[in-house]
Amino acid sequence: MATEENTGIGASVLRKEDRRFITGVGRYTDDIQVSGQTYAAFARSLWARARIDKLDTGVAAAMPGVIGVLTGAEMAADGLGGLPCGWLVKSKDGSDMQQPEHPPLAHTHLNFVGDAFAIVVADTEEHAQGAARALEQSVEVTELTPVVSLADATQSAPIHEALTSNVCYDWEIGDKAACKAGFAVADRVVEVELSNNRLIPNAMEPRAAIAEYSTGTDELTIHTTSQNPHLVRLILAAFVQLAPEHKLRVIAPDVGGGFGSKIFVYSEEVSVAWAAKKLRRPVRWTATRSESFLTDAHGRDHLTKAKLALSSEGKFLAMQVATKANLGAYLSTFASSVPTYLYGTLMAGQYATPAIHVEVQGTFTNTCPVDAYRGAGRPEATFVVERLVEMAARQLRADPAELRRVNFIKPDQFPYQTPVALVYDTGNYEASLSQALQHADYAGFAARQRAAEGRGKLRGIGLSCYIEACGLAPSQLAMNLGAGVGLWESAEIRVNPTGSVVVFTGSHSHGQGHETTFAQVVSSTLGVPFDQVEVVHGDTGRLDFGLGTYGSRSIAVGGSALIRASEKIIAKGKRIAAHLLQAGIDEIDFQDGVFSVQASNQSVTFAEVAFAAYIPNNVPTDEVEPGLAEKAFYDPENFTYPAGTHICEVEVDPETGKIDIIQFVAVDDFGEVINPMIVEGQVHGGLTQGIGQALFERGIYDDNGQLITGSYMDYCMPRADDLPNYVVDTTVTPCTHNPLGVKGCGEAGAIGAPAAVVNAVTHATGMKDISMPLHPEKVWRALQRKRRAA
Amino acid sequence: MNEFSYSRATSLRDAVRSQDKSGKAKYLAGGQTLLPSIKQLLDAPERLIDLSGAGLDGIEVGRKTITIGAMTRHADVAASAQVREAIPALADLAGRIGDAQVRNRGTIGGSVANSDPAADYPAALIGLCAIVHTNARKIPAEKFFVGLFQNALKSGELITKVEFEIPTGAAYEKFANPASRYAIVGVFAASFDHVMRIGVTGAAHFAFRWAEAEGHGLGVKDLSNVSLDQSRFNSDLYASATYRAHLVRVLTLRAVSRL
Amino acid sequence: MQIRLTVNNTAHQLDVPDNTLLVEVLRGELALTGTHIGCDTSQCGACVVHVDGRSVKSCTMLAAQADGQEVTTIEGLADGESLHPMQEAFKNCHALQCGFCTPGMIMSAIDLAQRSPGLTEAEVRRGLEGNICRCTGYQNIVKAVLAGASGMKAAATS
Repeated sequence: MATEENTGIGASVLRKEDRRFITGVGRYTDDIQVSGQTYAAFARSLWARARIDKLDTGVAAAMPGVIGVLTGAEMAADGLGGLPCGWLVKSKDGSDMQQPEHPPLAHTHLNFVGDAFAIVVADTEEHAQGAARALEQSVEVTELTPVVSLADATQSAPIHEALTSNVCYDWEIGDKAACKAGFAVADRVVEVELSNNRLIPNAMEPRAAIAEYSTGTDELTIHTTSQNPHLVRLILAAFVQLAPEHKLRVIAPDVGGGFGSKIFVYSEEVSVAWAAKKLRRPVRWTATRSESFLTDAHGRDHLTKAKLALSSEGKFLAMQVATKANLGAYLSTFASSVPTYLYGTLMAGQYATPAIHVEVQGTFTNTCPVDAYRGAGRPEATFVVERLVEMAARQLRADPAELRRVNFIKPDQFPYQTPVALVYDTGNYEASLSQALQHADYAGFAARQRAAEGRGKLRGIGLSCYIEACGLAPSQLAMNLGAGVGLWESAEIRVNPTGSVVVFTGSHSHGQGHETTFAQVVSSTLGVPFDQVEVVHGDTGRLDFGLGTYGSRSIAVGGSALIRASEKIIAKGKRIAAHLLQAGIDEIDFQDGVFSVQASNQSVTFAEVAFAAYIPNNVPTDEVEPGLAEKAFYDPENFTYPAGTHICEVEVDPETGKIDIIQFVAVDDFGEVINPMIVEGQVHGGLTQGIGQALFERGIYDDNGQLITGSYMDYCMPRADDLPNYVVDTTVTPCTHNPLGVKGCGEAGAIGAPAAVVNAVTHATGMKDISMPLHPEKVWRALQRKRRAA
Repeated sequence: MNEFSYSRATSLRDAVRSQDKSGKAKYLAGGQTLLPSIKQLLDAPERLIDLSGAGLDGIEVGRKTITIGAMTRHADVAASAQVREAIPALADLAGRIGDAQVRNRGTIGGSVANSDPAADYPAALIGLCAIVHTNARKIPAEKFFVGLFQNALKSGELITKVEFEIPTGAAYEKFANPASRYAIVGVFAASFDHVMRIGVTGAAHFAFRWAEAEGHGLGVKDLSNVSLDQSRFNSDLYASATYRAHLVRVLTLRAVSRL
Repeated sequence: MQIRLTVNNTAHQLDVPDNTLLVEVLRGELALTGTHIGCDTSQCGACVVHVDGRSVKSCTMLAAQADGQEVTTIEGLADGESLHPMQEAFKNCHALQCGFCTPGMIMSAIDLAQRSPGLTEAEVRRGLEGNICRCTGYQNIVKAVLAGASGMKAAATS
């Protein structure tokens, strides 16, 4: 519980943003009304793969209330560019990845169910939707054989005629020869085939956009549900070429969750903006949940073969991983990087495995594009590593905790160069493991298992010791690896004459609570009262360029930029204070909001300095410029490496296959923590999405490429009564290379949890493996098979 | 949403009379299935006749039966002291339909008339030898459910109330679809002195009575070899017909053990 | 058709098409945008409001069905600056992150607390079956509902 007095770094301060949300006056995109607004709806492909033969818009255009029907062909004729992928991945042979054309509105081919080919604008939502449905029914197409199965896609004929195959890239990382040598001397080899189930993000606020074009100024303003509005502006200006950057303003107001899905630039937002400009009318669109299911970039979807070589003492010698990653029909904004640089590079996990080799085939299929979803690559990597380690422990009849412990990278080995490119700066894996084992009463498990048996239940316990790489960096290195954008963050601090402060950050908050945590940071560093710090984000018209929020980067990168800007404010403040106090600048100290002359009782407050900066009575403006506002751009030296241990304990009902999570413990090392309450909330949410992946969620297409989990009737979202109370704790090894010592906490839960759950269920049931999600029938059938075999 | 006209019937007679004027009208009870169906373009009635003012709600307890008006909301059945006293398992079942908000709107008449194969009430209707009263006649539950979303109601016929026999004991076991929370299988077991009755929902195209199991009596401990007609069993993402059949056996034993 | 609605203690007379949903009237005509739409299958609960004191999904009720009834939305809970005990509890327990599901969650929670004195944690978890949150993992929501229920009881007795 927060205290009134302590609002500094490390305090569980209650959130500033909550009041507007709990009183119903938050302002999400769909809440905004614009005078003269019109409504858009999209005509979408009903087919997984088809060629457009004829699209006659006449009938739809004549329907009641229809203002305009705009097609992909018109968009192409207007010279709009396609949607780019921001990371160029190269194959083993050095060749560039294959990139299909991705026009915002399809005009020759339709490549997945939901692929938009026309935008209808009308006076009401109903009229727009009616005309869009009419277009879907009337478009003449030749249906083509879709490629849906990931397993078969690489062998199937290319879905894009301009490409040579469905393989986007055939990428590798690590030393194959060293890996082979490791297996050659191994005492034991553990092998597994794993699928990582396709997930559908399901932020509770559906995507939405409202675009307004001002004929007088030629300015286009877009309110949209984005995690990074500057990126939207950059892509619309530089790639789609809808309008020049200085005539575009992108505003992401309150955004109702993202989890990655709102990083990307999608067809709909681009088309809405284009239509507003073309029709000279404000145009609005909000996705229905059904549209969200069909078109929000999906996550995960891997098929993997992996093996681990062990010595007779149970030391890991080498690991080999081969993955097919489904990229969907087109390359979404960061799709290419997720199963490569955010996946293969994490295969060392927390272990000192000396040789690792990872191969990934990125693959096109006639399904919704797949891109980053909470964890993005790292949950998939953790799942491979932690399932292998668990299976190794079971095969060796070793204690899974002990096997992990002997293979950990030890605290004195940092900085640690892994065989897959990353250099871990710091960590203490033993500490989080020990603490988690204690919280979980690991020692008492056998007794609990016996008690469960007495009740006819199968009880199991599973560990997952994960590592992740957050705050993607540094820019130069990433760009050498193919990144198309920098990975720094911006901050500006404007001090008002009365001493209150407005903080502008390029990070974006859509649930993370930056208005609170960032204010805590600035309040602490400048000694300004917490309630006098206002945090502004999400508006390209008000902020410097920024890169938004994804990959658990905000506090590590955006927060560090705030520190840099604060340092500049303090430096200038000292110069002003020196004049006010008639002392030398080197004699001025700054602490807790007070500038003072060393070894004296002379001082001025931060507010007095701010006032003097704007009303420079006693400050010579030829020496010190008036005003007190500073900017900083912070480019991190390295990733940060949060890590921890998650322990799941389950009971399985052998009669039905139903799984109950009895206990879930998460001990995470996030480095320093700004607001423990918020961090704990982030962990709860991440764990729930990880448990959702393990037990409930899977996006499924049928053989014809129709999404059969297209609503909450079929796609199972975790609900309150599915879940236990989590036990959450932290250990702290501060990040060594950023000023706050922070690492990032947003994704850890989703990364660690799936393996912990599956390890617990396989332990409970004695199965070797079972694929996610662990639906009751699947578990029941596996138990039946086992019973028959026994 | 498609356009339709709306009117509120003020009495049963008014409701039936409004229906007679055109064939394209639908009765609107709680609307918890009908309105989503219209929104998703799965249904397109031209007129809706709201029954909420037709005086069809209320619970009456007799010596041998309990009668629930068609427009009685699930939440009211769940919370009813009379129902909890007479047939606690029925209150329990009503309290497990959908979610709290659905229960605050949804009605027994609407649910029964819709005859969703995965709805909860039909299991209780079968298990409690219920009689479905309509504006025209009385239909025994066993003859009411006849197919996938199909029942014995004729066009324009309106359920007015459902009359349940008060059993000596009863229990409802539900294995819910984790996504939709509808019943993958729901088993309502009831005993009338020494006679047992089993109603099953979710498993097949429509709720049915598992007479073969009933014969094994209250002390039954094993149903694995009791015949169960699976010819019209459902199969979907979450449960195959085989698994459903297994669940019917498991849940029946569990329900019977609670009688 | 003409309908009369009392929303957050203010009487309104409205002329709406017969097929208008209650949520459309609230968000559109009355500009009460705190009530959200998060799905199209009546499951997410972002649109929950109270009609004559009962929580309902306003996306699954026609405005016409609410004719003559009292509607309370999230905007109608606070008494000026003074928050409803359930709102207070949601803030104090960090029971919200993005805030989108929050109004519906709070409206459901109040109904639950009013109907079930002496709520247990398990009852709260079951009682929130009709509300989906993607951010919080529900743990702090459950904590808040229990705290809010106590707060409501205390407010009622004082």
